[in-house]
Amino acid sequence: MSVKFGVLVFPGSNCDHDAYHAIKHVMGNETRFIWHKEHDLGDVDVVVIPGGFSYGDYLRSGAIARFSPVMKSVVDFANKGGLVIGICNGFQILLESGLLPGAMLHNRQLRFTCKFVNLKTENSDTPFTSAIPEGTILRIPVAHGEGNYIADQQTLDRLRDNGQIVFTYCSATGEVDDAFNPNGAALNIAGICNEKRNVLGMMPHPERAVEKELGSSDGQFIFKSILQHMISV
Amino acid sequence: MMMKEPLVTAELAREHGLNDEEYAKIQEYLGRVPTFTELGVYSVMWSEHCSYKNSIAVLKTLPKKGPHLLVEAGEENAGLVDIGDGLACAFKIESHNHPSAVEPYQGAATGVGGIHRDIFTMGARPVASLNSLRFGSLKNPRVRYLFDGVVRGIADYGNSFGVPTVAGDIFFDESYEGNPLVNAMSVGLVKVGETASAIAKGEGNPVIIVGSSTGRDGIHGATFASEDLSEDNESKRPNVQVGDPFTEKLLLEASLEALKTGAVVGMQDMGAAGIACSTSEMSAKGKSGMRIDLDKVPMREEGMSAYELLLSESQERMLVVAEKGREQEIIDIYEKWDLNAIVIGEVTSDDKVVYYRDGEMKASIPADSLVLGGGAPVYIRETRRPGYLDKKHAFDFTSLKPPTDYNETVLNMLESPNVASRRWVFEQYDHMVRTNTVVGPGPSDAAVIRIKDSNRGLAVKTDCNGRYVYLNPRVGGRIAVAEAARNVVCTGAKPVAITNCLNFGNPYKPEVYWVFKEAVGGMGDACLALQTPVTGGNVSLYNENPKGAVFPTPTIGMLGIIEDMDHVTTAAFTGKHEILYVGAPRRGLGGSEYLSHIHGLTEGDAPHLDLDFEVNLQSALLDAIRAGLICSAHDISDGGLAVTLAEMCIFGGIGAGIDLNKLGDDPVEVLFSEAQSGVVVAVTGDDLEKATAHFERAAVPVVHIGRAGGSTLDLGELVSLPVEAMKDRYEGAIPKAMEGR
Repeated sequence: MSVKFGVLVFPGSNCDHDAYHAIKHVMGNETRFIWHKEHDLGDVDVVVIPGGFSYGDYLRSGAIARFSPVMKSVVDFANKGGLVIGICNGFQILLESGLLPGAMLHNRQLRFTCKFVNLKTENSDTPFTSAIPEGTILRIPVAHGEGNYIADQQTLDRLRDNGQIVFTYCSATGEVDDAFNPNGAALNIAGICNEKRNVLGMMPHPERAVEKELGSSDGQFIFKSILQHMISV
Repeated sequence: MMMKEPLVTAELAREHGLNDEEYAKIQEYLGRVPTFTELGVYSVMWSEHCSYKNSIAVLKTLPKKGPHLLVEAGEENAGLVDIGDGLACAFKIESHNHPSAVEPYQGAATGVGGIHRDIFTMGARPVASLNSLRFGSLKNPRVRYLFDGVVRGIADYGNSFGVPTVAGDIFFDESYEGNPLVNAMSVGLVKVGETASAIAKGEGNPVIIVGSSTGRDGIHGATFASEDLSEDNESKRPNVQVGDPFTEKLLLEASLEALKTGAVVGMQDMGAAGIACSTSEMSAKGKSGMRIDLDKVPMREEGMSAYELLLSESQERMLVVAEKGREQEIIDIYEKWDLNAIVIGEVTSDDKVVYYRDGEMKASIPADSLVLGGGAPVYIRETRRPGYLDKKHAFDFTSLKPPTDYNETVLNMLESPNVASRRWVFEQYDHMVRTNTVVGPGPSDAAVIRIKDSNRGLAVKTDCNGRYVYLNPRVGGRIAVAEAARNVVCTGAKPVAITNCLNFGNPYKPEVYWVFKEAVGGMGDACLALQTPVTGGNVSLYNENPKGAVFPTPTIGMLGIIEDMDHVTTAAFTGKHEILYVGAPRRGLGGSEYLSHIHGLTEGDAPHLDLDFEVNLQSALLDAIRAGLICSAHDISDGGLAVTLAEMCIFGGIGAGIDLNKLGDDPVEVLFSEAQSGVVVAVTGDDLEKATAHFERAAVPVVHIGRAGGSTLDLGELVSLPVEAMKDRYEGAIPKAMEGR
């Protein structure tokens, strides 16, 4: 079967073309853009909310995007079990929309940061991580000013106990420590999923890491996992 | 209620920065005394910033022709170069120095925004951004504030706009105290034949203003840019505009979509002098006129006069001339992106730009009389060779004490703000968005951008050592071009064209003008020799502070083409390779970073450069890279051979053993001379003979100086340093300096 991806386009999205290129041209999947004013997601199987600055994000990242027509449809889609992956600004929008718990603060150093980081997969039993080989440390870049994940202690405990923490920042050898945390995120969290495991939000950009000539192809594992999952169901 | 307009007199004209001769000329063009609004329009259009009145005669001496050029300098908003595979590259660099001196964050941000608009109004999608920055000493807290603000401004604007900031150059020297230089460059791609022009023609064609509404911000910004900075510049803060990268992103997408309809006749960015400049320049280019109803301009504030509306420099606006009857197609596209698009007038067949406000004609001016190449004044200023040059050239180098501890001296050099890692800066920039950055900031002399669906790539770099230009304007000008070209060659690219941003002092000072003329002459010499014509650029004069002019800084933005992405080479040692020195003798310490950082001196002559030798070196190196002989290549520049080798070790995380005796008797010169035309390359053991023979055949001196490997850098008997120790100092310097340590 062929899996259909839909990449949302907010007026300030700027990783929409990168996600499209990675999923369609590099990974070879059917992919289309979905404009933020649309209400209908059509027949897509997977929704990708890409990085960028949705509506400028002068207020708070994703705070306005949650009210967009397309996000109402995405919430319905997710509630029915559809797969949604939010990357960077997409993660921020998922938090604002209530599809994932918690919020983002400005990076603790109060500066934008763009660099490669190492990620440990904390839960391989999700539709987004099942194809990542056991023990592989993913090398994927971050590029954000507000990636400092925060939630109350109860929520953090629940995330941990439920296996909803999917990725954490770590060293090249997999050591999870504050020294490898690029933004101050609680528990070194780089990505979380919802209880049902069908919605993933992550700050690092897997779509920037699907071609060796750009420094890493580790991001492919995440898209391969999604495909594997879709084909199995 | 509108303010009553002041009476126009010679006195008022002087207050507007127009001298008596210019005021007389205006009356001649109009055949009468100008209205207050007209005086305002002339004052900005004839400012240095818009008219280039004191520089254009000199600029015309630069070589502008080349086999790759599709659009020559001055014809459009930016130059256009054919890069093969049916694609063209539009690129340009521009200054935003004075705004950044008083409001570093917005000054730098709007500089980035302005230059991108120049590129996408030509129909090209910006694919890379670069910045050339100059500041005073980081020991000064005010300088740290400026540096921090400028970097944040560039980052926030570029990151949101979604174009990667991939390269640039930063230099610190006390001469830039109080007058930092912020030069922003944009590089865009467009299919050949799909470019847009900044022209207004066709009687009755509607004139549309698109983008942000117009406020009182930035009125007389162009005039402000054309004065010396003084102590009371704080009061000029309202002259600085405020940037909105989100609106610019909308403007980019909508404009490229609008151009696809074929209903656009012409399009121009509104930068300096806003509506006045865009309407008059587009009209003059099309030998037509415009009738503009200013009442229709979307306004941010109430009660704006014609004068204010014409001169406002509110950001993120453009002027579009559409084909009559098809304007709705254009308006619909801008509205889809939630942007204003309002018809404010039409093209006329006479040659006048006419502006109405409240039903009253406020100005009626022959368009051509306002613009560069038309009626704007052209001056050739008096020149005088500055007296300091002879004194500097006579400096006695034998008086210098050699280092007592070479290890510490090399570490100290790696900590110089002019040498140290720029990571603190470039990690604040999104340098990866659009997924084309194959070689980003860091371990390379230039950035490399791939072109999707093509095996070709672009190498880009900005460069200029103002200290060299100060010590010898002619040679310094040549070096600026030669070094930028060498940087691009080291990545595996052929240099094809340059854009330039000429940052100098007050042109009315004969010494400044002599330096300006000589430096431009030097650039021209090098452009001819290297066959890299000038495609355009920008001039920024009056870069002075109360202590005098900044180092003369003709910043070069170099474009190189990589024919095959397999050729891409970086500066990092990548294995236990043989190390060759290729190029001219390592002699002379004039103008070196060593002299400045270790001895606190700016003395001597600029480093030696023989252009014929340089051309030969670059072509031999590019051939060797294309033949697959070279594993890594790094140009020798600020800090000399010692810094070049240290960087290659740090980038690769691998040491090297070097025999210094093979390069000369004086270790200080061998290690720290910034003599031009020198490159360090690494080759495999198997290719050693072949590579050596290649350079010998090309008559380029080549010396096998050592081998990469291990974890220390050993330079003869003098230096033995662990790579990790060098890396700590190299990476730690700027963060430490920013903490005031």
